[in-house]
Amino acid sequence: MKKAFTFTLVLALFLVALPVSAQEEVVELVMGSWRTEDIEQWDEILAAFSAAYPNIVVRFEPTLNTEYDAQLRAALEAGTGPDLITCRPFDLSLGLYEAGYLASVNDLPGMEHFNDVARSGWITDDGENVYCVPMASVIHGFIYNADLFEEHGWTAPATMDEFMALLQTILDAGITPLAMGTKDGWGNAYMGFENIGPNYWDGEVGRQALISGEAKLTDPEFVAAIEAVVAWEPYLPDGHEAIGYADTQQLFPLGGAAIFPAGSWEIPIFEANAMFAMHAFKPPVVDPDAETCWINDHVDIAVGMNAATAHPEEARIFLEWLTTQEFAQMYSNLQPGFFSLSDHQLTLENPLAQEFLDWRQECQGTIRVLYQYLSRGEVSADNENWRIMPAVIQGVMTPMEAAEELESYLWRPE
Amino acid sequence: MEQVAARRPRRFYILVFVLPAFILYSMFMAFPLLDSLRLSLYQEQAGGPDVFVGLANFERLFNDPVWSERFWNALRNNFVFFAVHMLVQNPIALLLAALLTTRGVRGVALFRTILFAPTTLSFVIIGFIWQLMLSPLWGILNNPAKTLGLPTPLLGQTQSALVTVSLVSVWQFVGLPMMLFSAALISISEELIDAARVDGATGWQTFWRVRFPLILPTVGIVGILTFVGNFNAFDLIYTMQGALAPPNFGTDILGTFFYRTTFGGGATQRPNPIMGTTIATIMFLIILTGVLIYLFGIQRRLVRAES
Repeated sequence: MKKAFTFTLVLALFLVALPVSAQEEVVELVMGSWRTEDIEQWDEILAAFSAAYPNIVVRFEPTLNTEYDAQLRAALEAGTGPDLITCRPFDLSLGLYEAGYLASVNDLPGMEHFNDVARSGWITDDGENVYCVPMASVIHGFIYNADLFEEHGWTAPATMDEFMALLQTILDAGITPLAMGTKDGWGNAYMGFENIGPNYWDGEVGRQALISGEAKLTDPEFVAAIEAVVAWEPYLPDGHEAIGYADTQQLFPLGGAAIFPAGSWEIPIFEANAMFAMHAFKPPVVDPDAETCWINDHVDIAVGMNAATAHPEEARIFLEWLTTQEFAQMYSNLQPGFFSLSDHQLTLENPLAQEFLDWRQECQGTIRVLYQYLSRGEVSADNENWRIMPAVIQGVMTPMEAAEELESYLWRPE
Repeated sequence: MEQVAARRPRRFYILVFVLPAFILYSMFMAFPLLDSLRLSLYQEQAGGPDVFVGLANFERLFNDPVWSERFWNALRNNFVFFAVHMLVQNPIALLLAALLTTRGVRGVALFRTILFAPTTLSFVIIGFIWQLMLSPLWGILNNPAKTLGLPTPLLGQTQSALVTVSLVSVWQFVGLPMMLFSAALISISEELIDAARVDGATGWQTFWRVRFPLILPTVGIVGILTFVGNFNAFDLIYTMQGALAPPNFGTDILGTFFYRTTFGGGATQRPNPIMGTTIATIMFLIILTGVLIYLFGIQRRLVRAES
C-alpha cells in the first residue's frame, strides 16, 4: 500500500514535471493485481508488450491476495488506484463497476474473441456492459497416476459407469482410488459436485434454468449429481473425515492414491512433486450417447481499466493487446493451469496443461453453478456447499436434504 | 484513612499519570467495544446509512432459523468446551500442583517447566502438531484410538471432534492453573500442616480439610479465568479445523462463528460485520454475566486465609 502510494506520488510528480523537462512520450501505467506469485511471469509478458508498443510501459504492482480487494477499493475511493485493475470474477468487480471505478470495455476491439461464458464473470446483471477483459480460467477434471494405470492396465473412463467400475477395480487392487478428504469441504464442492455435475444438469442449460428459477436444486438432475459424489465415499482414503485438501495434495504426489479430482491449478504443484507420469481425464459423461459433454471451465481472472486513469488511450491499447493471440499464447504458457478465455487456437508447452485445454475442443464450457447471482444471499449457497457437500458424503444428511437446504439459500435475480 | 486523604491538598499531577493510559485505553479498548455494541443495533441499508433497528438483530440471531440454529449450536459447543476444561483441566492442574508442592518430591522445577511449556507455545504450533499426530494418513494416534474402540478419525467424527479439540486445549493450558494452584499451596503456612499432622490427619485429610479450603479463592479465580478464556476461544479451533469448524459445524464455538460471520468464511460469502457484532455482543454479555456472578455471588463469600 505504502509502496503503491509512494510510487503513485512519484509518478504524479514525474508527470507534472514532464512537459517542462523532456520531449519523451513514454507513458507509464500501473497494473494492480493480487497475484504476487506471478511477478516474474508478468515482467516477461509486459516486456513483450513494451517491445510492441515502445511508448507505453506497464508496471506490475501486486498486493497480497488477502488484502487486495480492501486496498484496491480504498485506493480507488481516494483517487489513487492503479490505471489497470486485475478483476476478480462476479460480484466483487461488479461492485467496482457500479461504483464507477471501472470503465466499460464494450466497444474495445478484440472483445469478439470472448464468448458469453467467458464474459459472464465481468458483465452487468442486464448483460449490457462488460467491464473487464477476460484473461484466464481454470478447468476442472481428474489427474491420475499414469504409471500406476499402465502397470495395472487400467484406462481412463469416459462414462460415469466406467468411472465407478474403475474405482472399484482400483480399490480391489488394494490402492486408495481417490485422493480426496472431506474435512475442509471446498474440494468436495468444487472438485466433486461442480466437477462432475455439469454433465448431469446439462451445463449452461441447467445453470441458466437454475438462475431463472425454472429449475430448482431439488430437481432430479441436481440431486443425481449430489448422489454421484456421495457414491465416491467408499473410494476415499480411510479417515477421510479428518483429511484436508492440503493432506491430499501431499498424498497424491507421494503415490498414495490413484486419482486426484483436480482443478488445473494443481498442475505446477504436482509436476514439482510427483515422481511418476501424470495424465488427466475429463469429467465422465452420464449418458454414453449424450451429444454434448460439459467441462467446468471456471472464469477466474480478468483485467479492466480505472475509469479515472490519466491515460485512457494507452490503457485501452494495453487492454486491446490482452485480446490478441500473442498474449493468450504467452500467458497460458507462462501459467500452466490457467487458460486464456479467448477463442484463439493455442498450443501449450506443458503437455498436461494441453490435455486439459484439449477438452475445450471436445466439450462445451460452463462455470461453477452456484457462483453467478445464486450466492448473493445473506448466507452464500456456494460457501454453505463447502459444509454441506462433506456432510452428505459423511452420511450426516441425505442428498435430498442437502439439495433442499442449498436451495433455501439461493438468491435469484428478480 | 479516608479522613487523612480528605485533608490533603488535591494532587492534580495524578491526572498526568492517569491520562495517557486512560486516553489510550478509551481509544483502543473502550471506544471500539462500545461502538461494536452500538453497531449491533443497526441494520445495513442499500445505498444509504445504517438504520437503527433496536434489538432486531438479536431477535434474528435467536429466532431466524438461518442464524439461530448455528448460534445455539455454537453456544452449546462452547459450554461443552468449557465443561471439559472445568472437569479435566482444572482437576488435573490441582493434582499436579498438589504433587509438585508435596514435601520431598525431587525435580520439581524440571517437571514444572515441562508441564508449563505448552502454554508458552503458539496456537499455530500446537494446532499443527496435534493435527499431524491425529491425522488418519500419517498420524501416530489414529490407530491406537481405533484399537481402543474410539470413533476415528477423532477430529472427523461428530461425537468426538469437539471433545478432542477441547482436550488439546486442556493439554496446552493445564500449566496455567497448575502454577496458580501451586503458588497458593506453597503460601500455606507450614504450621497449619504440622498442626493437622499432629492431630493425626492423614495426607488425604490434610489436603481436603486444610489445604484445599485455604486455596478456595484461587479455585474461584481459576474457574473465572477458564470461563473467560473459553468463551473468548477461537485460535486453536481455527488452526486445527479451519473457519468452517467441521464436521458439519461440530467444533463451532462462538469465536469461530463470530469470525466466519464478520469476515466471511470462503470465496463467495459476503462478510456481515453487523451480525458479527451482534454475536460479539452476546459473547460480551455471557462473559460479563459470568464475571458478575463470580464477583457478587462467590468472591464476596470467600474469606482469604490469613498468611
